[in-house]
Amino acid sequence: MRILQRCFIWAVCVLLVLPMAAQPTFPVNGVANPNHGYFAFTNATIVQDALQTITNGTMIIKDGKILSIGKNVQTPAGAVEVDCSGKYIYPSFIDIYTDYGVPQPKRQSRSSFSQGQQLFSDTKGAYGWNEAIKPGTEAFKDFSIDNDKAESFRKLGFGTVLSHVEDGIARGTGVLVTLANTNDNFVMLKERASAHYSFSKGISTQSYPSSLMGDIALLRQTYLDAAWYKQKPVEEGTNLSLQAWNNNQPLPQIFEANDKWNDLRADRIGDEFGVQYIIKAGVNEYQRMDDIKATNATFILPLNFPKSPDVSDPEDAATVSLSELKNWEMAPSNPAAFEKAGIPFCLTTADLPSTKMFWTHLQKAMLYGLSAEEALKALTATPAATLGIDNLVGSLQEGKLANFLITSGPIFDSKTEILDNYIQGHQYEINPDASTAGSYRVTILTAKGDENYTLEVKNSKSATLIGKDSLDTKFEQEGKKITIRFSPGKKESNTKKSMAENAVRLSGLASGQEWSGIGIDTLGNSITWTATLIKKAKSEVKKEKKEESPTLGKVFYPFEPYGWEEGKLPQQETILIQHATIWTNENEGVLTDADLLIKDGKIAAIGKNLKVKADKIIDGTGKHLTPGIIDEHSHIATASVNEGGQSVTSEVRIGDNLNPEDINIYRQLSGGVTTSHILHGSANTIGGQTQLIKLRWGVDDEGLKFKGAAPFIKFALGENVKQSRYNVNTRYPVTRMGVQEVLIDAFTRAKDYRKSWQEYNEKMKRGIKTAAPRKDLELDALVEILEKKRFITCHSYVQSELKAAMEVGDKMGYTVNTFTHVLEGYKVADKLLKHGANVSTFSDWWAYKMEVMDAIPYNAAIMQKMGLNVAINSDDAEMARRLNQEAAKTIKYGGVTEEQALKMVTLNPAKMLHVENRVGSLKVGKDGDVVLWSDNPLSIYAKPLYTIIEGTIYFDRQTNEEKMQEIKSERQRIILKILNEKKKPF
Amino acid sequence: MKNILFILLTVFVLQVDAQETVAPAKAHQGVFFISHATIHVGNGTIIQQGTIKIKDDKIESVGTDIAVPDGAIVIDATGQEVYPGLILSTSTLGLNEVGAVKATNDTRELGELNPDVRAIVAYNTDSKVINTLRSNGILLANIVPEGSFVAGSSSVVQLDAWNWEDALYLKDGGIHIFMPSMQRSRWWRFFTSNNQSDPYKEGLAKIEKLKTFFKEAKAYAAVKEHEETNLKYESVKGLFDQSQTLFVHANNVKQILSAIDFVKEFHFKVVLVGAEECYRVAPLLKENNMAVILLQPHQLPDMADDDIDQPYKNAAVLQKAGVLFAISDEASDTRGRNLPFNAGTAATYGLTKEEALAAITLNAAKILNIADKTGSLEAGKDANIVISKGDILDMRKSIISRAFIQGRQIDLTNKQTLLYEKYMQKYNLK
Repeated sequence: MRILQRCFIWAVCVLLVLPMAAQPTFPVNGVANPNHGYFAFTNATIVQDALQTITNGTMIIKDGKILSIGKNVQTPAGAVEVDCSGKYIYPSFIDIYTDYGVPQPKRQSRSSFSQGQQLFSDTKGAYGWNEAIKPGTEAFKDFSIDNDKAESFRKLGFGTVLSHVEDGIARGTGVLVTLANTNDNFVMLKERASAHYSFSKGISTQSYPSSLMGDIALLRQTYLDAAWYKQKPVEEGTNLSLQAWNNNQPLPQIFEANDKWNDLRADRIGDEFGVQYIIKAGVNEYQRMDDIKATNATFILPLNFPKSPDVSDPEDAATVSLSELKNWEMAPSNPAAFEKAGIPFCLTTADLPSTKMFWTHLQKAMLYGLSAEEALKALTATPAATLGIDNLVGSLQEGKLANFLITSGPIFDSKTEILDNYIQGHQYEINPDASTAGSYRVTILTAKGDENYTLEVKNSKSATLIGKDSLDTKFEQEGKKITIRFSPGKKESNTKKSMAENAVRLSGLASGQEWSGIGIDTLGNSITWTATLIKKAKSEVKKEKKEESPTLGKVFYPFEPYGWEEGKLPQQETILIQHATIWTNENEGVLTDADLLIKDGKIAAIGKNLKVKADKIIDGTGKHLTPGIIDEHSHIATASVNEGGQSVTSEVRIGDNLNPEDINIYRQLSGGVTTSHILHGSANTIGGQTQLIKLRWGVDDEGLKFKGAAPFIKFALGENVKQSRYNVNTRYPVTRMGVQEVLIDAFTRAKDYRKSWQEYNEKMKRGIKTAAPRKDLELDALVEILEKKRFITCHSYVQSELKAAMEVGDKMGYTVNTFTHVLEGYKVADKLLKHGANVSTFSDWWAYKMEVMDAIPYNAAIMQKMGLNVAINSDDAEMARRLNQEAAKTIKYGGVTEEQALKMVTLNPAKMLHVENRVGSLKVGKDGDVVLWSDNPLSIYAKPLYTIIEGTIYFDRQTNEEKMQEIKSERQRIILKILNEKKKPF
Repeated sequence: MKNILFILLTVFVLQVDAQETVAPAKAHQGVFFISHATIHVGNGTIIQQGTIKIKDDKIESVGTDIAVPDGAIVIDATGQEVYPGLILSTSTLGLNEVGAVKATNDTRELGELNPDVRAIVAYNTDSKVINTLRSNGILLANIVPEGSFVAGSSSVVQLDAWNWEDALYLKDGGIHIFMPSMQRSRWWRFFTSNNQSDPYKEGLAKIEKLKTFFKEAKAYAAVKEHEETNLKYESVKGLFDQSQTLFVHANNVKQILSAIDFVKEFHFKVVLVGAEECYRVAPLLKENNMAVILLQPHQLPDMADDDIDQPYKNAAVLQKAGVLFAISDEASDTRGRNLPFNAGTAATYGLTKEEALAAITLNAAKILNIADKTGSLEAGKDANIVISKGDILDMRKSIISRAFIQGRQIDLTNKQTLLYEKYMQKYNLK
């Protein structure tokens, strides 16, 4: 027994330390053992890559590389021959999205509410200002073999991985290593193989950026800064971060986006700076394949398909949304969708809760349409080509690394096992050759003499020992190690008991077809035993019951309830609305029994008894037609709202992170809203750039944008920007005094900045070469304000702050275009008028915080009577769908006329948004954005029946009913499917 | 008579500079008439060209054949609509002045078992918010404590009083329970992968404990003399003889279903508050004789999958199922003043206008156990009356011209109307 154990240990040691060639600079302790790993693999089916297969071929490897490969290659003298009859050889896999062997980032919790915001970087050293920008992280410096992790990868068939530290928005470089367990020097193939980015600031506790749009702005600014840093500006000193950023640019650039919209957002940053990112995707790209294809990127696809939601209790099932259900159903088709669209992609183990799930999920992806050929490419050739390492790995060719798999059959067949994973010529046994299955003659040598049995081995976990009868047997083969436990005597029905009371225990080692070992008999005596193969089991070619590809529902646009089924998106039509009461908002006033024609997206005619042809005629008898509602202040349809990391964040843009799948788009269409001004929040004095959108439900983020509209920016004053409700304040300002100083300082800097560029441009014009000033996205936006190319909408409440903000504008030479909320506007209506501001307010909100205690519902009426251009806004996703009613309250509170009231949610906001030439009234030539109401639009009893944007019907009651039915039946279909699928392994 | 006329007039002449000087009206004595009115009784009927006779604090008679003697004080309501005073059936009015300022919040006491805590004692009759409700026709409110489980008792107040004692309309009439969540939110599922805890189980266990408390309280109530006084048991005594109502704040189906026990086992008078998912269980509510207070029809559906108009339609579902319900208003940014428009929305989405009106008048009174005194314009009830220039449910026309609480014509001035006047004067506007 002792001898046996020693053998074991020795065998393991050999595997561990066997060097391909001694490292010349390293001393030898003992006797040198030069070895070249010279092997010939013969009689194999060699799959060189997805396109080329050699049957009955030979591959020679030496020194960790492929020496030659082909059909007629002879085994050279000096090479050890390995017979691979019946086996397959594949290039081993490559995963280019891992953190193998590099340190894990450690997160520290921090609450800005109770600890105050951290405005500066805590990183020590000559680095840049932001903790989340870490281009100087070099994964290779900290890389070290982690054999446990390597083994888990090797088991799956991987031979090479790209590894990086998954922390920060700029994450530094990745290192390319093999998964061999030799030493760190040998496994490292390329120390700087890639550069990495993401939208996650990782362990940074710095307050900025606190939003997706902040992440984007920070990346854009860093590109600009890095380019500027190349001219070695003295005022910057040494900035190691920018230096590293520049050094990393020639490498393949990999962006972790993890979601369809983030994929597009990342790609747009790349487009702006001439970078084509390789995009690490999520599992939902199939929902927007056209957009994904247009990125021209290569993608890295994870296989973390959602597990089936718990729907066993109908009440729990009710909380699972349709989009979640549909994504459960369709996510496994994501890789297939890429294949179908012809988009190059790699596969990764990343994001899986356990790497063990890789194969089941890969097989699921294949069941859902991913071809074997494409799967192999995505695990070999494509990642190799993507990183430019196809001279080393990715296929089996002469000169490349001896990274290959020996399998029992075609690799993606479910019955196939990976037998060995060779990495740089080193063998790692994954599964012992299943061909040990067969009949063995077992002889147990006891004091009483030999006992003979037959052992029928089915596989490594199951065998039956047969004496006179079949015996109750437990069998396990793990590599060379064999354990057998059996109960001699007749097999009984109560097997457990008999085994517990009466068992012979054997253990031993396999030496090819001969096994031997020791054991303990039923009485506790030591025994020895041997076994010899009598008959090898026939390799069964089991007819695999091919699982049928599942039938899937259709993609919805957006991928949400009430989305439009693929191919059923509403189209622009020529629409005639007849016999309606038409509220024109023009000099014509309200027309009764009138018609309106929309053609090519524009209002083509208004009048009585229009005799025209139309695709669609809507009877408006007894109904009211108005321009679409315009909401001056909204926060729907955006992935993030506030970048509160600093007091001035004019560089961030809502338009960078629109979410065209927000259900509130649809809900607001049902309330007659057609245009919304999506604002940055009020977390800071100078917030972000806003985005005007049209509620085109179903289009992508770019499609939502109101093209050609004047750009705006959000400012804010008062309690929110002072962070009045924080327990600890670290961010300037904390008073209204400071708020004004922030404004003055920002515009003073903007003016100086503008001047420095003007001077630079002058000099360049005159041919005087000079260093360019730093391009500052924050100040660019403020310069646009000074040049009246960008307009302000300013969150505001009390009269003092209104006056203070106007004073800055007057001093600096700009007008605050719009004061929004402006609840004490009535107190300084004359001053607002003089300044030239528009005002956009709530109808009747008050008493929720100190600065709204003097808010009055008569505010709109007073300001309107004073001659101000007044709008009523929502700032609330629910109220937005009743903006007509909010406008009607000005009739009640202050006696505004009905027509004027309606204008407060249509023409007036159009004017303050500088789009009154397009929308806000019903006039020939304007956009065909109209709402047909069941009643007087200012009445609580009015419901929108149709909401039309540019001649496309995005909402109508009948379609809405149909969609509700569709949601019900689609939910029911998928929930039943999940309940049935539960029995299956996935 | 002349005196009354004088009082009625002076109220309108009084123009003051701060709400602080808006005084509650003096008790009304004598008789006056409201004539030529379209009278919305509150019980579903409309009397055209009707007359209401008010004597002292009560309605003496309502109809079309009431003789108005010569020289009587008459308010000619020609062209106007007359309604019962609106009732806000769940509110933190007077407990909470400025949402964001903690010092002004008296809505929520510490602890999970506070049946003894009484909302009325913190009700501030000088709250600036109160008068902004009166000017929209809201004359009564149920003042409700908030809490994490058993929150305390509510009282109904009339909104024209010097102090809470004078404001009391029904003292400690309701015990309020805020149901445990019972359900995993979608966010919860998103952030936690392993389902260790089961909120349904935990919630049910918590309710079982409460039931034990009620059993003990019942046993305690059966004994007259106690060695040891238990304030908590004492405070729920009224539930057992239905002189108190159990208000169960519950929204999802699981919460609602688990409230049925309070009816079945204890025979309590149970009212569900919130009940966002009532549309899915309406027949069960009817079967168990449970009433509902809908808190906020103007809200978004819970899930993207839901009918986009579901919160608007809930009232109609209850109406159809025959469930007694009221509509309230808990919007924290407008503080209850939009109550009539919440009812208006329910009328747009399936109720008749009179059904919608009942949900903020008579049915609210029934649910609050004050229907014997108010809720409709019927003989013998308190003269809680609102006169509106148009349809009170529609903001387009809902302009309140007069209001009476127990016969007293109240001042419709509030902080906001005063600021309005002030700045109209500043700008010389009309």
